[in-house]
Amino acid sequence: MKKFMLGNEAVARGAYEAGVSVVSSYPGTPSTEITETIAKHYDEIYSEWAPNEKVALEVAIGASFAGARAMSCMKHVGLNVAADPLFTASYTGVNGGLVVCVADDQGMHSSQNEQDSRLTAIAAKVPMLEPADSAECKAYVKRAYELSEQYDTPVLLRLSTRISHSQSLVESEERVTPPRGAYVKDAAKYVMMPAMAMKRRHYVEKRLDDMRAFAEDCEFNRIERNSAEVGVIAAGIAYQYAKEVFPDASFLKIGMIHPLPSDLIRQFAASVKKVYVVEELDPVIENHCKVLGIEVIGKEIFPNIGEFNAAQLQRAVYGGAVDSYRIEEPIPGRPPVMCAGCPHRGTFYVLKKLGLVVSGDIGCYTLGALPPTASMDVCVCMGASVGMAHGMEKAGGEIFTKKTVAVIGDSTFIHSGVTGLINMAYNKGGGTVIVLDNSITGMTGHQDNPLTGLTIKGEPTRSVDLVKLCEAIGIERVVVADPFDLDGFERVVREETASDAPSVIIARRPCALLKNVKYGGAFAVNNACKNCKACMKLGCPAISAKAGGVAIDAAQCNGCGLCTRVCKFGAIGGAEA
Amino acid sequence: MTTSIMIVGVGGQGTLLAGRILGNAAIARGYDVKMSEVHGMSQRGGSVVTCVRYGEKVYSPVIAEGGADVILAFEQLEAYRYLNYLKKGGGMLMNTRAIDPMPVITGVAEYPGDIPGKIKNAGARVVAADAFAAAVEAGSAKAVNVVLIGLLAAETEIPKDVWMNAVEQTVPPKFLEINKKAFDLGYHLR
Ligand SMILES: Cc1ncc(C[n+]2csc(CCOP(=O)(O)OP(=O)(O)O)c2C)c(N)n1
Repeated sequence: MKKFMLGNEAVARGAYEAGVSVVSSYPGTPSTEITETIAKHYDEIYSEWAPNEKVALEVAIGASFAGARAMSCMKHVGLNVAADPLFTASYTGVNGGLVVCVADDQGMHSSQNEQDSRLTAIAAKVPMLEPADSAECKAYVKRAYELSEQYDTPVLLRLSTRISHSQSLVESEERVTPPRGAYVKDAAKYVMMPAMAMKRRHYVEKRLDDMRAFAEDCEFNRIERNSAEVGVIAAGIAYQYAKEVFPDASFLKIGMIHPLPSDLIRQFAASVKKVYVVEELDPVIENHCKVLGIEVIGKEIFPNIGEFNAAQLQRAVYGGAVDSYRIEEPIPGRPPVMCAGCPHRGTFYVLKKLGLVVSGDIGCYTLGALPPTASMDVCVCMGASVGMAHGMEKAGGEIFTKKTVAVIGDSTFIHSGVTGLINMAYNKGGGTVIVLDNSITGMTGHQDNPLTGLTIKGEPTRSVDLVKLCEAIGIERVVVADPFDLDGFERVVREETASDAPSVIIARRPCALLKNVKYGGAFAVNNACKNCKACMKLGCPAISAKAGGVAIDAAQCNGCGLCTRVCKFGAIGGAEA
Repeated sequence: MTTSIMIVGVGGQGTLLAGRILGNAAIARGYDVKMSEVHGMSQRGGSVVTCVRYGEKVYSPVIAEGGADVILAFEQLEAYRYLNYLKKGGGMLMNTRAIDPMPVITGVAEYPGDIPGKIKNAGARVVAADAFAAAVEAGSAKAVNVVLIGLLAAETEIPKDVWMNAVEQTVPPKFLEINKKAFDLGYHLR
């Protein structure tokens, strides 16, 4: 029977059916549910959350060398972190099949940048497959393992937000575990130092040639014959949009995005009068066509920024405007906000009050950059806050030496902030790092991490002792503070930023959405309220200023009580007040 | 013919579950179905959209401007925001609940008044209902999303018993009775 599955669930199912034994990943929207599904439903597969994508891929590479089929999943920026092992695993090749799933985020629904992972596949010289719906997600994963073993190469599976997070119908099959690859000591293949690597370097080029030949005649690339007037070349989600916009056209649907099938493209282009290349982000297929001397219509009419939709493609090709209901009145935006009860709110309230320069990082707490707290100055990539704060300090100037803090989440600190802290200690920095320890990886939907004491399966395990870790690095001033104790927290931040020695403040309070976090009932505003709006500075979604004064929405309030601490008039009490 | 239904609301309101019930109902009818969801950043109280499309053969999982046969809005402002996605002649089914977004909370923007009226004036067919009151009547304020699914069900050609089955498949058994009642109240809410 066919089942309705997310693209990510279908990838997980594919890994299961392909007999994969080891999966190591780091969460990142839109890739996270692949590994979560495996951990939840497929006990035959060992799965784990690694501290970052580089480690995750290295674990998968090790499992592959040991002869098992292995997988690692990440978002597009995660592949940057894992690029180092990937580029050389391209040389070593595999023993058991190795598939790396990378999910791009066209439109930046949940990312700090928009990048096209197809270019990474080209640069790393590894094949890349790109499914266009959930059924293909599953089928491509299974075939990817065969290709990986046949051509002795890691294989990249490119996903995107609309593939990973769309559901469509998938037929399940049985799991077949292939015989495990024998482990043979083979330094020429697995020890990459110059003399050995140069031989493998030649192998990589030969493999690409072999795969080019394979691409010409494989099930991933297919021609759908229709009118000879218009031909469309497309892959992945863009293929689905194009099918709606060009119902009568012939199609060359590309499922193997690297290497591309040059002869097939030539033959297809010759069979139609006009060729459109429909692809989101960079002109990868288009440039390939141009190198082949084929005239195509592509980025001159289709944008290279953001994601496509059928209406937009329609306009680009045929012109005209979409007929729809219009509204002239400006509509207030609805940006994401820190949840009611979020522990980060206390931290940012204090940082705003002290007017510090805040070197920020990535996680739920990045929302501290938005009004009303609006107290994050910079944010680039995971782990960067600590290094950037140190750089600001070394650049000199009063505000940077005494008034700068780095703010970083617990998962992000372990991911890549800890190396920044080592640098700060080693190179005699005097900065203050605030680790926002909410006991979970919040932004990506609650994954455990090395600080939470639980594995991906929820089993108890060793946990990193943050205080000892910081001390071992050489930080002598390590303070644990509660961000909801606003006065105490402010005092600690003042003291630590005033000190010349490097320091770490661990702001510890669990995420309000964790099951074990239970505050009391909702609060309400009573008639002692002077309408001073001090509570509005918290930016809590449950508190709003109505015509009749400030009010708390009982349906949204989770009773954390932070607002009672900023109210000087005792005007906020229990719901019965 | 592909039917395109858009479910819009505020992150955390349960639009995802509603989309899954709709998806299951359409599958049970033997349609090809695609559904696009939003996970991640915008689930933190942001504006969220779920698209469900069903028919003989569906390509895009996403609905574009002017492409929705029906929009089911869990919140007024979100109904207003996505009105341009409604096909001419399509139906806007909306909950009368209003949730202030941060720009309104901080006072830099104002929550527009009489949204159902304005949508009507723009020429669209509107059904506005207090799903919260109906959910409370059914036994739990949390059943708002199932009330709204009932409201939507009455708008489609998928039979009521198929919908009921889909509700049973999707909600936890513990709350089945409440949800059945909620669905029924929603079904007759117009
Ligand atoms: C290299 C990279 N990998 C993954 C992500 C996705 N991502 C963004 S924030 C985050 C973790 C946030 O967790 P934490 O630091 O604990 O902060 P919280 O959200 O809990 O406040 C992840 C995994 C990313 N942006 N970049």
